[in-house]
Amino acid sequence: MRPALSWASAFGRLAPFLALWAWPAVFAVATVVGLVGALVGNGRWDWLGWIGLGMPTGAALWFGLRGR
Amino acid sequence: MTPRTLRAWSWLHKWSSLVSTVFLLVLCLTGLPLIFHHQIGQWLGTEVVSPKMRADAPRVTLDQVMAVAHDRFPSKVGMYVSQEPDDDTVWFVTMGDSPTAATGLKQVAVDARTGQPLGEPKLDRGLMVVIHAIHVELFAGQAGKLFLGLMGLLMLAAIVSGVVLYAPFMRKLRFGEVRRDRSTRVKWLDLHNLLGIVTLTWAIVVGATGIINTWADLVITHWRNDQMAQMLASYRGLPPVTHPGSLEKAVASARAREPAMKIGFIAFPGTAFSSQHHYGVFMRGRAALTERLVKPVLVDAITGQVTASRAPPWYVDALLLSQPLHFGDYGGVPMQWLWAMLDVLTLIVLGSGLYLWIGKRSTNRKSRQKTASGSLARSCEQEVLP
Repeated sequence: MRPALSWASAFGRLAPFLALWAWPAVFAVATVVGLVGALVGNGRWDWLGWIGLGMPTGAALWFGLRGR
Repeated sequence: MTPRTLRAWSWLHKWSSLVSTVFLLVLCLTGLPLIFHHQIGQWLGTEVVSPKMRADAPRVTLDQVMAVAHDRFPSKVGMYVSQEPDDDTVWFVTMGDSPTAATGLKQVAVDARTGQPLGEPKLDRGLMVVIHAIHVELFAGQAGKLFLGLMGLLMLAAIVSGVVLYAPFMRKLRFGEVRRDRSTRVKWLDLHNLLGIVTLTWAIVVGATGIINTWADLVITHWRNDQMAQMLASYRGLPPVTHPGSLEKAVASARAREPAMKIGFIAFPGTAFSSQHHYGVFMRGRAALTERLVKPVLVDAITGQVTASRAPPWYVDALLLSQPLHFGDYGGVPMQWLWAMLDVLTLIVLGSGLYLWIGKRSTNRKSRQKTASGSLARSCEQEVLP
């Protein structure tokens, strides 16, 4: 019987992809949640917008200015 | 990715960026002050401010408001009366030589409680008016708008191709790594990739909603010719109204029809947003989302009775909802600052892209490489491979 594709080898193939795209995907999702969230309501919803857009902005400043 | 597809994406990224960069730089630079146009208006003293009074202070009628405006400009006729979404204490009356005038428009701000004139906002001059005109149409009217929309499409192409190129450039690097110990060029390449990938989604949304906004006039015209014309079918052929009746009465009828909504703006008979026989009363919702949408109530200008009221089609809603996503004016002052920072980060992405292209060109000229492959693809191979 042929051995099923193991989880370890599946993850092994996925790992380089995740290393490359995990953080960009996180910032993309945060931006969308922030942009749409703040549009839906005020107060608490605005906070969602500030956090959602604050994440990519903060990452840009942190990595862009680090080690200068 | 094969070298061939890499070259194709590099070509797309290079040319879509090169053609649009100058215009995108202009849009980012003029957009920055527009984010803060309310604050700048207050600072310049051009923003109308109403005196503090009790929230339930009695209001003067709209007929009184119009009388004040006519006193100021006796030779002009009323075109529009509007209120800011967040301030119901001021009426802005826009007047012109005729209901369809496009130039020589005047505006009078009238206190909704006291009927006192509060100022005359300039519609055709001033620093912010100029900046706005550059940002929206490059002083070239509808053609300028459509041209900027085209530049926006190129920007989207540059973003998509940039994301594709992100992979080969970043394969050997950790996320956010900026190689400061190598050449200035490598440092700016890494910064370009970093800032490009984190601002990606914001840039797509602001770019795409900006493109949609360049079609705003066309969308509104279509709506007018289509749905608004249907609502007015029974008045076709009647002579135009020359002496419309009470504005206050017309607006009261509209309010009675939509009691849960508030007034966005009112169009006088004969303007682009009404008919020859109607006041067009455009109502807004009161919640965060519905405040952005409008519902027209058409009121017979003689009898003051509602003729028709119909929610606009989806494409008008889509246009109106895309606007805050472009302006960033819907999440208070923190949102404005985030918008400004993301705008500046986009400027850095544009500037660094230009720098990388210029730098590459000069090194290519020096080394006189004979290979036919695109310089971006080559630099990817050179800098990423050990």
